[in-house]
Amino acid sequence: MALLEGFSVAMQPMYLLYALGGVLVGTAVGVLPGIGPAMTVALLMPITYSLDPTAAIIVFAGIYYGGMYGGSTTSILLNTPGESASIVTALEGNKMAKAGRGAAALATAAIGSFIAGTVATVLLSFVAPYVAEFAVQIGPTEYVALMIVAFLTVGALLGASVLRGLASLALGLFIALIGVDALTAQQRYTFGNPFLADGIDVVLVAVALFAVGEALYVASRLRHGPVKVIPVAGRWTNWMRKEDWKRSWKPWLRGTFIGFPVGTIPAGGADVATFLSYASERKLAKGERKKQFGKGAIEGVAGPESANNAAAAGVLVPLLTLGIPTTATAAMMLVAFQRYNIQPGPLLFEVEGALVWALIASLYVGNLMLLVLNLPLVGIWVKILQIPRPYLYSGILVFAAMGAFSVNFTPVDVFVLLVIGVLGFFMRRYGYPIAPMVVGLILGPIFEDQLRRSLAISQGDPTALVSTPIAATIYVVLIVIFVLSFWLRKRQRAMESEVVEETPAAAVDLKEGGK
Amino acid sequence: MSSVVLGYVPNALGDAAAEAAVHEARQRGATLVVVNTTRADRLVDPTYADDDDMSRLQGTLRTSGVDFTVHHGTSKDTAAEDVLDAAERHAAELIVIGLRHRTPVGKLIMGSTAQSILLGAACNVLAVKA
Repeated sequence: MALLEGFSVAMQPMYLLYALGGVLVGTAVGVLPGIGPAMTVALLMPITYSLDPTAAIIVFAGIYYGGMYGGSTTSILLNTPGESASIVTALEGNKMAKAGRGAAALATAAIGSFIAGTVATVLLSFVAPYVAEFAVQIGPTEYVALMIVAFLTVGALLGASVLRGLASLALGLFIALIGVDALTAQQRYTFGNPFLADGIDVVLVAVALFAVGEALYVASRLRHGPVKVIPVAGRWTNWMRKEDWKRSWKPWLRGTFIGFPVGTIPAGGADVATFLSYASERKLAKGERKKQFGKGAIEGVAGPESANNAAAAGVLVPLLTLGIPTTATAAMMLVAFQRYNIQPGPLLFEVEGALVWALIASLYVGNLMLLVLNLPLVGIWVKILQIPRPYLYSGILVFAAMGAFSVNFTPVDVFVLLVIGVLGFFMRRYGYPIAPMVVGLILGPIFEDQLRRSLAISQGDPTALVSTPIAATIYVVLIVIFVLSFWLRKRQRAMESEVVEETPAAAVDLKEGGK
Repeated sequence: MSSVVLGYVPNALGDAAAEAAVHEARQRGATLVVVNTTRADRLVDPTYADDDDMSRLQGTLRTSGVDFTVHHGTSKDTAAEDVLDAAERHAAELIVIGLRHRTPVGKLIMGSTAQSILLGAACNVLAVKA
């Protein structure tokens, strides 16, 4: 019922236009290597501040889903994945394109993404309210437990090294401390500077890290000479042959059911799901088809592409129900929620039900738009790649500076943006993931508040933090998630080394930041 | 020895220009200097000829019997600058390029290689229309 109400909001012409704009921008940034949905959401955040919350969230959701579609196009036609979740697609997809089957690869990727996105959104619609119902029962101690889960998983699992992830997280938590203490009004780390007394705005840090730092990094690293685009032949209506349908539908569904659960646990986002799906498709293939793997098997495109879209929807479950972001883009959406004074977390479904259901409804709509748009518009996406890189990067930097200025209309903010942006560049350069820092910054104040509240209730007894049954359960779940995630990562690594010689050059650059 | 510079692009227009350039070079008894460069500042550059395109072009040039040299690869200058540069170095008596219609907006944003060559050349320019 609530979902129908959501549709009635999302289907309003104005919101449909916003969704269309979102998916178009999302696909475009998905196509461009080095520019991802997280960066785009960060850049657009200051600009969308004048929109009403529903419109802004719909735009961001469109960008999020669009980015997942866009990456596959460049993977298949150019062998340079636009984002990290499309690396696997390049393995089989580009081989197919070289064999003149590019159209079928694009079609199976798009249709698979659509089916997976829709099925996963249905799962989200069913699962999320149950989790939310459980979530409203939790108090400060359980909340602290959840935050610890979020910190540790995001810190330890996003990025290649656990230590660096945790260091990045600690940096974020530290920046969150700057400002005035909410309970005692004491100044912390402000050095008596009135500017720092307000704290450092999350949006500022996010834009600096995701836009300025990334743009500087990509500008200094990604230098791929011109790549030949493999032309796509035939009308898009007969891209898929009957046999392609027959070989694709099972991988689509398998990819969906692999991707969604992987997305819901904080295991590092969609690219883990794509690797798992690829591995299972290769294992399940028999006879002739098995031999095709590595030479352009359609299953190897259909499965992973479905998995990454399903994972994208899965990520929204912990985000919307518990307020825990598990990927960089999810972290940016969380920042967006906070900008509108919407507190994501257990109460979100209760307090902001209309908004959440409108968001979920817009995911259905966006998926359909993406399917319709993507197949006929491949030519335009490829044209975007002809934009000279200096134009792109200067555009991003100008946009970022403008956005930073518009946060408080003070020039100091632009200076802070540059400082943190340069920091972000060096973090990227030396392999420190930036998502944990942003997550620490967002969740830090909430964590502190809840921790002090629960300690006040227990009168300073720290054992109270683990003694309630729900909190204890959450810690157990944390351990399970860790074991599961490390196992998944090991599988992924094993597979990566297996296919390492086939992995396209661009993939290595993307692995870290694309998330 | 005199020379003719060809600004080549790997499409029908470029092939038409190549044909005209061969004709001119033969008539003048000149060397043909083929220029095709990219700044490698974008992922897809449709005006840059890859190795297949280049060997195909060299094949046709060889059968035509004119003397030719090829200037092909990544350069830090724009394509127009490279063509003009080659013309100056070889003291060219003619530059041959293909000319196509551009929308005003496209020209404003991306600039026009043909226009820079036409205005910047010290010698005559033959603009071939496909």
